[in-house]
Formats: sequence, structure tokens, C-alpha cells
Amino acid sequence: MRKIVSIILLSVIAIGIVLTLMKIPFAVPKTKVGAYYVDKGVGQTGAVNIVTSVVLNYRGFDTLGEVTVLFIAALGLGAVLATVKKKTKREIMPSSLVLSTGCKFLFPFILLFGTYIFIHGHLTPGGGFQGGAIIASGFLLIYLSCPKKRINEARFKVTESIAGLTFVITGILGLAFGGYFLFNFLPKGVANTLFSAGIIPIIYIAIGFKVGAELAGIIDGLMRISE
Amino acid sequence: MIIFIILLVFVMLVAAVSACIFRDLLNAVIASCIVSLIAAILFYFLQAPDVAMAEASIGAALVTAIFVITIRRTKREE
Repeated sequence: MRKIVSIILLSVIAIGIVLTLMKIPFAVPKTKVGAYYVDKGVGQTGAVNIVTSVVLNYRGFDTLGEVTVLFIAALGLGAVLATVKKKTKREIMPSSLVLSTGCKFLFPFILLFGTYIFIHGHLTPGGGFQGGAIIASGFLLIYLSCPKKRINEARFKVTESIAGLTFVITGILGLAFGGYFLFNFLPKGVANTLFSAGIIPIIYIAIGFKVGAELAGIIDGLMRISE
Repeated sequence: MIIFIILLVFVMLVAAVSACIFRDLLNAVIASCIVSLIAAILFYFLQAPDVAMAEASIGAALVTAIFVITIRRTKREE
């Protein structure tokens, strides 16, 4: 009986969703703000990547909130993990020479790729969040392949705090120079070059370090209790 | 190209449903990893490379790793 009721309820919800979605045309802009960003974005912000100009310039304050949400999530996970008792020490088997050497060889290249992604965030697809996640996956590779190699977790926290402070201080400097938070007070430069778009590369580098340190810190905490 | 995308969507649906059905949690995590990976490819085809990169690196790599580490610490069977 309960199953029949739940199936009927689910089908009603499904029909409702389908009927609603049928009326919405796919990939047709319904607001004018998107066309405005595409037309004026490069001229107003200097960033060739329109997504970056929206994320860090038009909607920069939202990005600060997003970074804060990630920080609170990492903080909550750290608080939960701090109460977990460690298991009795297991014998850690050393990984094979080929695996550990190969992963140590790959690690700097992964860091370089992540850094490239967030430094070129205003020119090519990608940015601080993506680059930070790639850097954290490099740390994950090292943590999985070399059981002896552990990074001091205080360094992650220091990096994260400095990066977060850089973001907020850049925003407050905009408030001092231009009158509103995250004002683009640096010269915009020539579009399509590395040193362009004012404060956007600075903020994306800060976000890249912050996200990378945060996600690597989460992995560090989880690996610590599971060993 | 459209046939390839339809195939991808089909595989993604199968992986999503099997992630709910599997009793072995490790299999379910791998299935949800496949969902993320195919979602990243589809985002790329929909001309959203920024989202595709975020989905591939966070959804497919980091979340899967975190779940696998958690399963090692807890129970594997549901």
C-alpha cells in the first residue's frame, strides 16, 4: 500500500516537472543581462573570459560568499574530525618504487598545471576554483602513493588565511579608491594579455591558493584519521 | 556527434540509477564518479568549459577520493 502511494506521488511530481520544463525553451536567453555582459564585458572589465568577468567583477561579492561557504564547510569537517579517535596504528605498507617515483615526478607538473589554470583565469576557461581543485588532486596523488610523505597541516591553514585576507583587502582597497567594495582600481591594460583586467588576476590567484589549501587540508585530515 | 551525446546521456542515466541500487558502497561511489565524469563531458559539449573543469576536478576526482577514504574508515556494505 505504501509503495503504491509513493509511486503515485512520484509520478504526479514527475508529470508536474515535465509539464513545467516543456514550456521553457532550451538555451534561449530570457533576460537581457546576458547579452549585456557579452557585449560590454570585455570593454568594462578587461577580462577576455566573460565567465571570469561576471564571477569576479559584476558578481564579485557573491564569489566572496562562495569562498566563505567553502571555508565554513572545511571548518565544520575539521571540527568533526577533531573529535574522532584514531584507530590503533596499522602497519603501513610502503608503496612500490615505480609508483612512488612516478607520482613524485608527476606532482610538480600537476601543481604547474593548476597554477596555469588560475593565473590565466581571465584569458582562458578555468579560474581559481578549478585550479585550486587540480592542485588539491595533486596533493591527493602524493598522499595516496607515498604513505610516509605528510605535509604539516599548519602550513595549509596559514596559506588559506593569507589568501582569504588578500581577497578581502583587495576588496577594501577598492572601497577606498573607487567608492564600492571590489572596485577595479588597477589599470585594465590591453585585453588578451597576461597583465590585464586589473584586480581580477590578483583575486583569482588568492582564490586558487585558498581553494587548493582548503581542499588539500580536507584530504589531509581524512587521511590522518584513516591511517 | 548527436548519437555520441545520446549514448553518453544513456550511460549517465544507467550509472545514476545503479548508484542508487548497488548494495556495495564502493560500487555506488564509482557509479557516481561516472555520472560526474559524463556530466563534465556534456558540459563541454554545451560550450561551458569552465563548469566542465570544475565538475571534472571536484566531482570526479576529489569527491570520489573523499568517499573512498570514508568507506575505508567505515563499513563497505550498506
